[in-house]
Amino acid sequence: MTEEVNARIGEIVRGNDVVLFMKGSALFPQCGFSARAIAILDRLGVEPHTVDVLQDPEVRAGIKAYSDWPTIPQLYIDGEFVGGSDIMMEMYEAGELGELLASKAKA
Amino acid sequence: MAELETGPVAAEMMKRLRVALSPTRLELVDDSASHRGHAGHDGRGESHFTLLIESPAFAGLNRVARQRLVNRALAELLVERVHALAITARAPGE
Repeated sequence: MTEEVNARIGEIVRGNDVVLFMKGSALFPQCGFSARAIAILDRLGVEPHTVDVLQDPEVRAGIKAYSDWPTIPQLYIDGEFVGGSDIMMEMYEAGELGELLASKAKA
Repeated sequence: MAELETGPVAAEMMKRLRVALSPTRLELVDDSASHRGHAGHDGRGESHFTLLIESPAFAGLNRVARQRLVNRALAELLVERVHALAITARAPGE
């Protein structure tokens, strides 16, 4: 991975409270797991900054190395990697994701 | 231990998970048929799986760390062959 992509990803995750790297857009997810991630955040009233990795092959490859995580979607909150869609669902069901995102929900 | 799947990819996944994590419970379900014809289903099958794994190796680890252990054990299978894997990872007694 180039330093450049690494730096770009770092800027994205540090520059936004809630970032979802996904396939497709929030309106038109291109993968069931990305759709599920969006649905969970929507349920919590959170509108993430989304990055469509299908539009950016460098970020698609780079994010997997950046997070040491081989799959998409990937959720970042306050610059920290939280997990993929399975972890998001488990945390949502346990109420943990709601707590973590309480301050990020739209008024 | 449940042997729910016998395809070659599933067999290799199970083998690697057993070697790496000595699971006390291991269930791997091939969901590929329900994803036929959409992105990631290349016609070979064995592309979409759901995994339930219980292992003492997960004790004291958070969700990300647990899933990383699974991802590492499967390594390039996950990148080159398996399009989607839904993972539930527990320690015994949870």
